[in-house]
Amino acid sequence: MSSSPARTPFIVRLGRSFDARSWLLVGLFAVFALIVVPVLHLLLPPESPLHLSTYFITLTGKILCYAIVAVAMDLIWGYGGILSLGHGLFFALGGYTFGMYLMREIGRDGSYQSDLPDFMVFLDWQEVPWFWTGSEHFVWAVLLVLIVPALIAFVFGFFAFRSRIKGVYFSIITQALTYAAMLLFFRNETGFGGNNGFTDFKRILGYSITAPETRVVLFGLSALALIGTLLLARFLVTSKFGRILTAIRDSESRVMFIGYNPLWYKLFVWTLSAMLCAIAGALYVPQVGIINPSEMAVANSIEIAIWVAVGGRGTLIGAVIGAFIVNLAKSWFTVSFPEYWLFFLGALFIVSTLWLPQGVVGLFLRLRSRSRQATRPATSPAPRAPQPTPVEPRPAPPPAAKGARA
Amino acid sequence: MRTIGAIVFGWLLSISGAHAAIDPALLTPLASAGNDAKITAITALVDAAQREALPVLKAMAKGSLALAGERVVIVDGEHVIDAATNTEIMPAPELTESIGINNRLRRELASTLASLRLFSNDREVRWDAAQELASGTDAELLPLLEKALASETDPEIKARLQMAHAQGSLASSDAAVRLNAVRVLGDSGDPNICQLLQALTEKNGDSWVEPDSAVRAAAGTSIRAIEKRLAFAENVGRAFTGVSLASILLLAALGLAITYGVMGVINMAHGELLMVGAYSAWAMQGVFQAYLPNLLDWYLLAAIPVGFLAAALVGVLMERVVIRHLYGRPLETLLATWGISLFLIQLARTVFGAQNVEVANPVWMAGGIEVLPNLLLPWNRIIIIGFSVAVLAAMWAILNLSRMGMFVRAVTQNRPMAGCVGVPTGRIDTMAFGLGAGIAGLGGVALSQIANVGPDMGQGYIVDSFMVVVLGGVGQLAGAVWAALGLGVLTKFLEGWTGAVVAKIAVLVIIIIFIQKRPQGLFALKGRFVES
Repeated sequence: MSSSPARTPFIVRLGRSFDARSWLLVGLFAVFALIVVPVLHLLLPPESPLHLSTYFITLTGKILCYAIVAVAMDLIWGYGGILSLGHGLFFALGGYTFGMYLMREIGRDGSYQSDLPDFMVFLDWQEVPWFWTGSEHFVWAVLLVLIVPALIAFVFGFFAFRSRIKGVYFSIITQALTYAAMLLFFRNETGFGGNNGFTDFKRILGYSITAPETRVVLFGLSALALIGTLLLARFLVTSKFGRILTAIRDSESRVMFIGYNPLWYKLFVWTLSAMLCAIAGALYVPQVGIINPSEMAVANSIEIAIWVAVGGRGTLIGAVIGAFIVNLAKSWFTVSFPEYWLFFLGALFIVSTLWLPQGVVGLFLRLRSRSRQATRPATSPAPRAPQPTPVEPRPAPPPAAKGARA
Repeated sequence: MRTIGAIVFGWLLSISGAHAAIDPALLTPLASAGNDAKITAITALVDAAQREALPVLKAMAKGSLALAGERVVIVDGEHVIDAATNTEIMPAPELTESIGINNRLRRELASTLASLRLFSNDREVRWDAAQELASGTDAELLPLLEKALASETDPEIKARLQMAHAQGSLASSDAAVRLNAVRVLGDSGDPNICQLLQALTEKNGDSWVEPDSAVRAAAGTSIRAIEKRLAFAENVGRAFTGVSLASILLLAALGLAITYGVMGVINMAHGELLMVGAYSAWAMQGVFQAYLPNLLDWYLLAAIPVGFLAAALVGVLMERVVIRHLYGRPLETLLATWGISLFLIQLARTVFGAQNVEVANPVWMAGGIEVLPNLLLPWNRIIIIGFSVAVLAAMWAILNLSRMGMFVRAVTQNRPMAGCVGVPTGRIDTMAFGLGAGIAGLGGVALSQIANVGPDMGQGYIVDSFMVVVLGGVGQLAGAVWAALGLGVLTKFLEGWTGAVVAKIAVLVIIIIFIQKRPQGLFALKGRFVES
């Protein structure tokens, strides 16, 4: 971001990127996740009607991680116009890099009582491969979670954006990327447990991974990560950087004629999005207890896109809502009517693209503006397409010519 | 092989007419106690009387040779035949002892029988026998082979026999004979012979297996010659499987080349259209089984139009209901068609079950052509290659020669202008999409012959077929053809060096790099285009 004449302090700009009501909502959510949930889960006896079960904590914690991924996706798709069909790769990479640490934490408690992870003993390896070096240290694992996916995203993005691959081409190439990675991780020789991936975790930082306290902490961390992701994303899209990104989405050629190089804007937001996914993956693995190559399946990555599409592209909060709607529906369907889940998901794809171009958030805004119009017919006619920023406190951004179409 | 040989041989016997008698003194040793004695007896018998010994040895191999007192007889069900005269003995005498054989004798008899067949009048029988002997000969058969070589006139059979003779002579005590044998074997293309020669060049403890250094050197030369021949056959084989893979990729991608390449519609449900075609083949098989069992072998021919129409129907429905509303919004189209694909997968699961269904190869697609000793080209692959070429030609003709094809091309190049001069663009879109879908259905019919048919089968092809279209360049049939061919052959050759998974990854990485260099694919449309 280039310097502006009178530079407002960062914290002020961050504070201004949300309006008062949104800050209130964020605060309420934080209180719920960090205080109410632990109290209800740990202190209330299981018989109590207000007690939150382990199932609730695990499921919600999982969906919080998915919501982070959805926001990361919204950032590049809703604002950057880049539809990635390979975000499952970065999510899984985050999970794998952190899973390496969790595997080392098992220590000698595995089935083979060896210092090596079980699958290496099974493959008759004598020592850990070089890329496992240092994975027993928590700090190094966290660094890897941030660095590895970012590096891969940067290199891939650099070449892709430099050759100005965009639109559907980019989507298909990212799909091929995650497909290739999945094939690679399925191999035992790759050194990440092959088919089975990592599982049977015992401890994290010395604490039992299945203890209720650990679960609550992980849940709280996921909630904090989601809040942080939302704040960061909100701050970015309301900044000058975000405006240029949106401009690139709407007309890349014009932005270039004005004198900006879209490469660095796209590359930054793409790499950032990959890192956010990796963080989500690292939080996901200890809560779910397994990571395997099927996380990189093509279908998983496309599903991420549908969370965002259902919630509403270019709204950030819509991504969170979409992730919750789709995943709650999924866990309900797969338990109650497993054979209808794919019908529902397929219909969701079709309905949300055909009739809900702005997602649930867009539908809500449209209904609200219609009811306002009905009560106050004197006001100016409602915009045909609602602005993709529902909680915009400051002057609205320049009207998006084509909406969030890519 | 040996049993087939025995059957052919038995048939020959029945037509070969009268037999001269065998001296019973030659026959009685066949009933000796030891195996060695029996083998000596067999050799002696064959030396004395080649043609007449056949039924006796054949009976011995079957274990139906027995003793009736001093006489050696052949037991054939209720009949008892005198081995010496080959005439039935009436009334049947009492059998005193049956002549048993063990595995060693059985092997001995088999190769002896094969060598005896070398004297048959039928060229096919001689060829089979020579073929059999060329893949393994003992020194004991050498005299017989020499006789056969002297009388053989057919050059091909003669070459085989020389090969067999050379193998037998490897055990000779004369170094010059061995040297000659090793040189002759150098003309072979058989991996077994390569192993045989390899054994000669190795050390057994301190001493060489082959004491003579000149023979060892010649063996080395021969091994290299054979290996060169083998490598050539292997490469031809790889190229063939590569072309075969290319034909499958092409069938999977051709429909996509129309819907994506020409119309710009990303159809993620394309793999499911393949599935529709494959299930139509399965359904036609069921219909033929139920109503036309006599013509069951030809169900595939009926499946071709049915598969085309079924997939085209699904395609037209998709276009009318969903895709029509999303023109100009490729990313939304991508998501909506992905939804359709999930829908179709679940539909197939609900209707046909989650398990794979069984689609049988018709008889005329079984087997193959043996081009080289270690290279067999299966018929089903050859037919699919031919089929994909035919589909390609038909599609080219439709696009370039028909009125509809002209309209499709016009709409591709300039939609508003085509509409202005009266082309019904909406209807053309539907028809073109139906055509692309129908061709996917044809691909599915072909795939049903070589791949599993199940609800998830389409998912495996979607990435590959998109790669073909993206690599080939949008809007071009030629691009898709070259891309499919290149990808198929490249994949198979890489597979030979690195294994299947690594090859797949390498190919994907190569495509990603290639797209960096040529974002518009191999064959970019020439002309002025406004981006986005």
